[in-house]
Amino acid sequence: MAPTDNQNWLARFFDKVGRYSVAGIEEIGNGGVLVVESFFWLILGRRRKQPVRVGSIFAQMMEIGIQAIPIVALLASAIGVMLAIQGIHTLRIFGAESRVTIGIAFSVVREFSPLITGILVAGRSGSALAARIGTMKINQEIDALIVMGINPTRFLVVPALLAMLVMVPMLTILSDLMGLLAAGLYVGIDLGISLAAYFDEVRDILTVDDVWHGIGKSVIFALLIAVIGVVNGISVTGGAEGVGKATTRAVVQAISAIIVTDMIFAFVATR
Amino acid sequence: MAKNKNPEQTAPTPDKVPDKVIEVDNLVTHYGEREILKGITLDVRENEIMVIMGGSGSGKSTLLRHLMALETHTSGTMKILGKDIEKLTAMEMFNLRKKLGVAFQGGALFSSMTVGENIMLPLCEHTDLDPTTMEIMARMKLEVVSLAGFENLMPAELSGGMVKRAAFARAIIMDPKILFCDEPSAGLDPVVASALDELILDMRAAMGMTVVVVTHELDSALKIADRITILDKGLILMIGTVDEVKKSKNQRVQNLLNRMPEDDTIDPDEYLGRLTGEEIGGDATL
Repeated sequence: MAPTDNQNWLARFFDKVGRYSVAGIEEIGNGGVLVVESFFWLILGRRRKQPVRVGSIFAQMMEIGIQAIPIVALLASAIGVMLAIQGIHTLRIFGAESRVTIGIAFSVVREFSPLITGILVAGRSGSALAARIGTMKINQEIDALIVMGINPTRFLVVPALLAMLVMVPMLTILSDLMGLLAAGLYVGIDLGISLAAYFDEVRDILTVDDVWHGIGKSVIFALLIAVIGVVNGISVTGGAEGVGKATTRAVVQAISAIIVTDMIFAFVATR
Repeated sequence: MAKNKNPEQTAPTPDKVPDKVIEVDNLVTHYGEREILKGITLDVRENEIMVIMGGSGSGKSTLLRHLMALETHTSGTMKILGKDIEKLTAMEMFNLRKKLGVAFQGGALFSSMTVGENIMLPLCEHTDLDPTTMEIMARMKLEVVSLAGFENLMPAELSGGMVKRAAFARAIIMDPKILFCDEPSAGLDPVVASALDELILDMRAAMGMTVVVVTHELDSALKIADRITILDKGLILMIGTVDEVKKSKNQRVQNLLNRMPEDDTIDPDEYLGRLTGEEIGGDATL
């Protein structure tokens, strides 16, 4: 008996879902292999006479971390002020605006700093990584590395991954400081609380665990951004258009992964 | 080392580089379901220039990627410098790769590095030479490819011909035993293309390396080749010297040499079947 239109539609739907699922699982698998391979080269590279170049790591740190300082500082300050404005506005309803510091301190250090830093680095460096590796692939530069006996993971991925793992937490700490400072300045102007008193209160409220909560998340975000950037870059096909698509996909996937991970992390950490 | 005119008469000895530096036996490869190479058997002798020719889609670039050990094949065996590449460990493959040089079609120079850094990269990665020695060696190789003084430029600042020359310089920096060249003359004007052909001949003479060139440029192939392998639809049409190829009675070889289009007689049933996507029995003649 010939299949009806409905059966055809269902078959096509499940076929599509199946293909996307397999592709997704394959990408996750590739990411996992990449991480394992990266740590393999990091630890055993020197013994195999193929060490990871320290110069490349520092170059990546400059690109991912140092050059991102102005924009991270600016956005963290804006977030801090925004939190202060909203906090004061909301708490004024209950006449408790002087307690705004609690909300600001927890929100900045536990949530907004790692989140905004992660999103910013994903947009700035994750996309650049995908574009760079994608362009190298279509220009046969990856093939050139392989035939020269240079492992592409060791040469390209490890420096970027390591730089990401160091610089994203650093940027998060900077973001913490800038967010709290900017919020403190606004609170000072609006509520007349001195900056010293504001920071005393912040110090009383926050524990080391709170700071580690944010930094721990930023390490996971760093790993996600690097792996997603590389996996998308290496899967580029179809020339310049392919590079564009991979770059966009890398940013969307990295930001989505960051937000979902943040939610899971928040849920687990508050149980 | 002088070119061996009668390689078959020389008994191979285990201590020296084998007379046949590349041996491919019944190589079959697929991309997905599609069979690309359908049982390739060829050998490349020491110090010869082997040109692989064929039309678009004949499988010549795929064959080159296999020869460079960039792809895995479905069946058959392939030995490079006497070593079966399927049986090599990662470390053995790493050591083998140091004896191979590749000049890619587009140059494949790293855009973030200067020309000099590109050329020095294999030395930086595989040797403990001090930077000054590496710079001197890079300048020497640039001299060989007539690019002396260009070491501080970025690849984007070079013309197409210069990029290919720089790629040659990088390919020969480790003094490889085998040099692979992918379409060296593609996209170049006749004068620059001819100069690159001369360069390949000079490098072979000066460094005694074996050269495998993939090209569809007939003039270039006839000028540089010791032997030519002609591929067609994943099969070898013939392997022979330039004279043997020129005198070949094979119609497809002659079509290629005379730049004649293929016989386009089409079976109407087969053509209709192709358009409608239906299988129609019978032998289709292309």
